[in-house]
Amino acid sequence: MFERIKHMLIKEFIQIFRDPKMKGVIFLMPVIQVLVFGYAVTTDVKHVATAVYDQDNSPASRELVSRFAGTEYFDVAEYIYHEGRVTELLDHGKVRAIIRIREGYGDDLRAGKTPQLQVIVDGTDSNTAGTVLDYTTDITREYSKQVLSRRYARLQGQPVDPPRVVLDTRPWFNANLESRNFYVPGVIAIIVMLITLMLTSMAVVREKEIGTMEQIMVTPITPAEFILGKTVPFALIGIADVILVTVVGVFWFEVPIRGNLALLFLATGFYLMTTLGVGLLISTVSDTQQQAMMSTFFFYFPAVLLSGFMFPIANMPESVQWLTYLNPLRYFLVVVRGIFLKGIGPLILWPQMAALLVMGLITLWFASKRFKKTSV
Amino acid sequence: MNSVEKNSNETAVVVQDLERRFGSFIAVNRVSFEVKKGEIFGFLGPNGAGKSTTIRMLIGVLAPTDGVGTVAGFDIRTQAEEIKKHIGYMSQKFSLYDDLTVSENIDFYSGIYRIDPARKKARKEWVIEMAGLEHHRHSRTAILSGGWKQRLALGCAILHEPPVIFLDEPTSGVDPVSRRQFWDLIYELSGKGVTVFVTTHYMDEAEYCDRLGLIYRGELIAAGTPETLKTELMQEDVLEVICERPQDAMGEIEQIEGIKEVALFGKGLHVVVEETERAVAAISDLLQRRGYAVTRVEGIVPSLEDVFVSLIEARDRAEQPQQEVKR
Repeated sequence: MFERIKHMLIKEFIQIFRDPKMKGVIFLMPVIQVLVFGYAVTTDVKHVATAVYDQDNSPASRELVSRFAGTEYFDVAEYIYHEGRVTELLDHGKVRAIIRIREGYGDDLRAGKTPQLQVIVDGTDSNTAGTVLDYTTDITREYSKQVLSRRYARLQGQPVDPPRVVLDTRPWFNANLESRNFYVPGVIAIIVMLITLMLTSMAVVREKEIGTMEQIMVTPITPAEFILGKTVPFALIGIADVILVTVVGVFWFEVPIRGNLALLFLATGFYLMTTLGVGLLISTVSDTQQQAMMSTFFFYFPAVLLSGFMFPIANMPESVQWLTYLNPLRYFLVVVRGIFLKGIGPLILWPQMAALLVMGLITLWFASKRFKKTSV
Repeated sequence: MNSVEKNSNETAVVVQDLERRFGSFIAVNRVSFEVKKGEIFGFLGPNGAGKSTTIRMLIGVLAPTDGVGTVAGFDIRTQAEEIKKHIGYMSQKFSLYDDLTVSENIDFYSGIYRIDPARKKARKEWVIEMAGLEHHRHSRTAILSGGWKQRLALGCAILHEPPVIFLDEPTSGVDPVSRRQFWDLIYELSGKGVTVFVTTHYMDEAEYCDRLGLIYRGELIAAGTPETLKTELMQEDVLEVICERPQDAMGEIEQIEGIKEVALFGKGLHVVVEETERAVAAISDLLQRRGYAVTRVEGIVPSLEDVFVSLIEARDRAEQPQQEVKR
């Protein structure tokens, strides 16, 4: 048994490492992905290009504008003076927000009336637009409060601080709310899935294409030996990639790793059983490498989108949320993020670990059932 | 049924009423034959006739729909994995790993066949010498020529010294010199008592076989030694006609009564006729009248190709009325 598996492993490793493109896929792609997610992909919204349409042009209106311009969130790109420019700027995407102060703003304020401030945002990207609107609400609220207390002071002849509730927010586990702390551990999960899915499905289908598969089927090798020979090498590569991404994340991006590394590798092992099992299943239904590639992506993209990697599962429609329970990535993301950021252990993570183990055993069992040396 | 068991001492392959259907399509239709130990058995037939399907059932990668059979004494229905230990198989498709070296390919297969460590080195050297690859053991297989690859593939398939070897169109796409060398190898193995089951559609290769089976549309339509097939199975006679402008002459000859078929063959024509003497006279007469310079018109021993073409056409004629009824 081990003699044959040993020779399968030697052969697979020779083939992988002799192919320069393969080396790139295995070692370069994960690093590039971490760099992209560590540097470029950020959901923090800052320096929003903003236009100011100040029709009032009074000291009061200029003070209000400076409240916006003074933050790191808004950068005033242009002052506009006529109506037509509003649509023009938004249509061309030159600015994402327009602050418009109508004529009479300053007078109204002085007269004790409630003037209106209009903020127009480009709603194409709904996430960014929402965040921008949150900022404007905060800034306006803060400004109103000051206007109010100044008014009190003038009326009563002394400075007044009206009673109010002060909010004290503290994000645990990611004190500065850096999106890279959220994404880098997630990259481990998605990159390992992509690489092991592709390598496994391709490794089998390539043999079908070149005809060596038929030759192997005519040897006395057992299905178990063949499947182990086709999964163990890619499991080892998957684990090497976990180490690689973890090292880059921890030492380059200073992503904290607060939990137990041994637990991380155990969970990776369970998770790999699911991805390798799916990879093998794909290889049993595909006859060409193109088919295998298409099937891999057909599985991979929904798996990533419905995992909570980028979009919270809680926001999805209920029926889709049920679907995510079938997604191994969903569980593994909870485990990696829990281990990296929260430092939690098996006492809390056991349901996810158990789910991965069960799914892994089922997919591998199913894949080996589908694999037959004699076709009927 | 008894013949299957009775003969397993002298026979390497026995099948009876072997059948394989794919949906409603019958790829192999109740085929029965025997291959004796140490024999070179040639399995002939046009593409799509069911050669490969039959071989795939014999080597245990495709389950038969019906029928029984044994290979090397093991049941093809229930002992497929036992069969795999006792056979070597080489297909028309190149079956080595291109990105591995000659030596790595041999090591891989000898690991898969679990060759006894004591024999490993000797077997490896045997393959390398047999394939003539002494100076290429560390070359990637991808750079080898077709003939080398083919001998190496055969070597890898018989590392475990199986008593029965199946070769599925082993020489397709290989130059004539390599083909000749390959057949020398097959003779050598056969001389050592190895049974060789080979499919081909090269007629010259068919002549090298001890016995032949002709499969057409899933049915075995003839079997026997090349001599028997040529002398006994063909009901018609064959004439060789050598004359000027053979292509034009073909059209003329086809008009004569009692002529079944005319085909270009080498420099001249092969003409299938019902009766030699009358046809010789008729053809010579006609060609001379039309002004063709005739060198030779005489009856010959038909080539295997003539035999097969005539058998296949006879089968087609027999089946046509049936098909029309079906429609």
